[in-house]
Amino acid sequence: MRIVPFAVSAVVSAGLIFALNKQWGTIPPMGKFLSPQHGFWQNAEPAGQSFDAELNFPELKGKAEVYFDERLVPHVFAENDEDLYFIQGYLHAKFRLFQIDLQTKAAAGRASEIAGEKAVNYDKQQRRLGMVYAAENAMLEIEKDPTARKIFDAYTNGINAYIINLKESELPIEYKLLNFKPEKWSNLRSALLLKMMAKDLSSGTENDLANTNAKSIFLPEELKMLYPQVPDSLVPIIPKGTVFDAPGIIPVQPATADSLYFGKKDTVTANEIAKPDINNGSNNWVVAGSKTASGAPILCNDPHLELSLPSIWYEMQLQTPGSNAYGVSLPGAPFVIIGFNDSIAWGVTNAQRDVKDYYEIKFRDETKQEYWFNGKWEKTIQKPELIKVKGGKDVLDTVAYTLFGPVMFDESFSNDFSNKRNLAVRWVAHDPSNEGMTFYKLNRAANYDDYTEAIRTFQCPGQNFIFASKTGDIAIWQQGKFPARWNRQGLYIMPGEDSSYMWQGFIPQPENPHAKNPERGFLESANQRPVDSTYPYFIPGSYITPRAITIENKLAAMSGITPKDMMALHGNYFNTLAEDVRSTLVQYVNETVLNATEKKYLAIIKNWDLMASPDSKGQTVYQCWWDSLEVEIWKDDLARVSPQAPWPEEQTTMELLKKDSALQFIDNINTPQKETLYDAVTTALKKASADLATKEAEGKLEWTKFKNPTVYHLLKDALPAFARKGLNVGGNGNIVNAVTHSHGPSWRMIVHLTNQTEAYGVYPGGQSGNPGSRFYDDYIDKWVAGEYNKLWFMREGDKTDKNVKWVMKFGNSN
Amino acid sequence: MKFITAIILTALLAFISGLLSFSPWWGFAVTSLFVALLVHQKAGKAFLAGFLGLFLLWGGLAWWIDMKNNGVLSQKIASVLPLGGNSILLIVVTGVAGGLVAGFAAMSGSYLRSSAKD
Repeated sequence: MRIVPFAVSAVVSAGLIFALNKQWGTIPPMGKFLSPQHGFWQNAEPAGQSFDAELNFPELKGKAEVYFDERLVPHVFAENDEDLYFIQGYLHAKFRLFQIDLQTKAAAGRASEIAGEKAVNYDKQQRRLGMVYAAENAMLEIEKDPTARKIFDAYTNGINAYIINLKESELPIEYKLLNFKPEKWSNLRSALLLKMMAKDLSSGTENDLANTNAKSIFLPEELKMLYPQVPDSLVPIIPKGTVFDAPGIIPVQPATADSLYFGKKDTVTANEIAKPDINNGSNNWVVAGSKTASGAPILCNDPHLELSLPSIWYEMQLQTPGSNAYGVSLPGAPFVIIGFNDSIAWGVTNAQRDVKDYYEIKFRDETKQEYWFNGKWEKTIQKPELIKVKGGKDVLDTVAYTLFGPVMFDESFSNDFSNKRNLAVRWVAHDPSNEGMTFYKLNRAANYDDYTEAIRTFQCPGQNFIFASKTGDIAIWQQGKFPARWNRQGLYIMPGEDSSYMWQGFIPQPENPHAKNPERGFLESANQRPVDSTYPYFIPGSYITPRAITIENKLAAMSGITPKDMMALHGNYFNTLAEDVRSTLVQYVNETVLNATEKKYLAIIKNWDLMASPDSKGQTVYQCWWDSLEVEIWKDDLARVSPQAPWPEEQTTMELLKKDSALQFIDNINTPQKETLYDAVTTALKKASADLATKEAEGKLEWTKFKNPTVYHLLKDALPAFARKGLNVGGNGNIVNAVTHSHGPSWRMIVHLTNQTEAYGVYPGGQSGNPGSRFYDDYIDKWVAGEYNKLWFMREGDKTDKNVKWVMKFGNSN
Repeated sequence: MKFITAIILTALLAFISGLLSFSPWWGFAVTSLFVALLVHQKAGKAFLAGFLGLFLLWGGLAWWIDMKNNGVLSQKIASVLPLGGNSILLIVVTGVAGGLVAGFAAMSGSYLRSSAKD
């Protein structure tokens, strides 16, 4: 043996293996990653992959089959509920494991375990918002209901059955890239997922912190003008003229409100990070048989969410002898969430209601062990929060819980160290509830009564549940648990030193806005305020007005409707707001001071067809000009306080300018001269033109090139190669076809409630979460083109049908 | 002949090692060293045989998988790793990574058996 050369080559070999076995920064262990028998190559699914399988699990009670069609949509046929949801869990894990693992870890404030240091503040905020606390409270409710308990247990067992039997080489590719392993599932994680939806849809719908700052600089009448409760142009969900019952609860304003609440002018520097997207909205509508060509109702829904790969939705059919539902499910939770069954169809949009308030807490000292409440020192509950950080030291945070809820912001957490105010958060999502059972019941509902019974207990996030049945009923309920507020309660931070500012009760459920079978033959919701000013409660929220106007106008004018007409409406690009805004822009621009470029853009606006179509230059010019005008009008006024006061809704700005072209806020307070609307509109065009010229030089004047519609992978910029960019689609957040840069219709569904049920659907993704599968993004092109998949509502007799491509057989091991 | 035998044996044992669930991804380093002990060649030749054994195995497997996958994944991974989205380059990189480890392991095997006279 030659010792020295052997030693050298052995050390080189070992060193190489060591280097290739170790993670270097964001570079995964390359040896394992590249190994064709272990690493990423194992995720390259053959195009001809078979999904046939025979699987046995001791947890199953009977036999079950899953029939996959050519789009990889599973049609599950089970003998009982437990087996059904076990299999749903198994399939969610098989096709979306990384997604459900990541989303629920992020929900629980554990993103730093994967993303490292940069996610620590996000994690702190999740924990201080009480996400786990909320999920634990939901668990208590689930434990109380034997049916719910059984289903969630079965679902969890199904996910774990997949995880336990997973070989390392079969791990989803993201685990191989990030070098970690999936964690076992639990009912709590399903609850966390539902609370994450609650956060996305009901936590960004208030603006209390920024509003508090607005209150410090604006007069009460100015606040009402800038942030009105009922827009003039509102087309509410519940048709105007509907008579509402007298309120069952009349909340009383505290005697100290004028001095301690309305009159208080102090500011707050606390700042939420990663506030949920204001565009988290949706459209849904239903037309009665009186307006359709067939005489059967048609129900449509397109929930607008952050678009991602894998998609938030997973399409499936769930059948037992007692139930048969088809639609999209939320991986991480059982049931079909939006869909139809043999008798009815349902869909949801977000209610946009404000169900979260902040209370200022006075602690006895910095230990935060005691706080002043109703004349004495009360004890807080201290919850230690240990945040594990990948590649870094653990971070310990402690959250004090009060009677109101967790103290979210204090001097140790506020994203701004000048904050000295302790703010506890009161949020409906913290209250014990079991939203899942609403969907269990909807999946089995046969008529209007079953539907109302199913949604009655749904608390948060408030949703507009739209409904149609084969018997011809159409209906909508805005359902949720909504605080009954005295006028303007909870728009700003409230005093938390006694009980007088607490919520005095909730709007009785039967008084939630609803409508059934209106004479006009249609109902719609698009995140607008649900009711006009005659509704007897104060209901603040982050409402979006324009889409509903377009939908209402279109539906009112239609008759003899077919599913094809509904597809066209989903894809509608008409810019309702721009119709109103353009006349103001054109009327007030001072053409004599414009240069050639500016005149060119003005001409584009004048000749624009008001459609935000992909190739529209008018939409781009309009958007830049309008955004620029909003800055001209508001920026100087809002920035009088920091963080600045909220931007008025664009609908509000438009309405104010129409009503009063000499609006005081048009003047720029930072200049000696007094600007008029002519000045503001003209300056706005000049500034926008400079940006537009740059964009045009880059070939980005067409709307789709300007906004670059993109469906990102869940890990966003960390994995651009897994995204789909530059999608040729128009639209915008305030347009029916609500596609923004990376946000929009996450599922488009049309259900025609004829005898045989004719249904269509599409989402911008694919059934498989594996970027190495041809089913990863195969619906995207269809979605872009405004096309749909015909949804195959499989029947017992179809088991040998040519649509069945693969069969997975489930049984117990005995 | 010895050279060809070493290459084939290296690839074969590496493949088998990759099938065993208890064996780590670098199990082939052990088998490659073992092959070099068994089929004794000079260090340089042993390195080359080890390298080629794994280059052919890993490169070949990657190529086969990629063909059946229509390049769906390799194009994405070749963008995640800075290879300009080039699938062929990714297959080559895969082969070279395996080849280098096996080559040095085989060279160690060769030195382990050889006497100072060789």
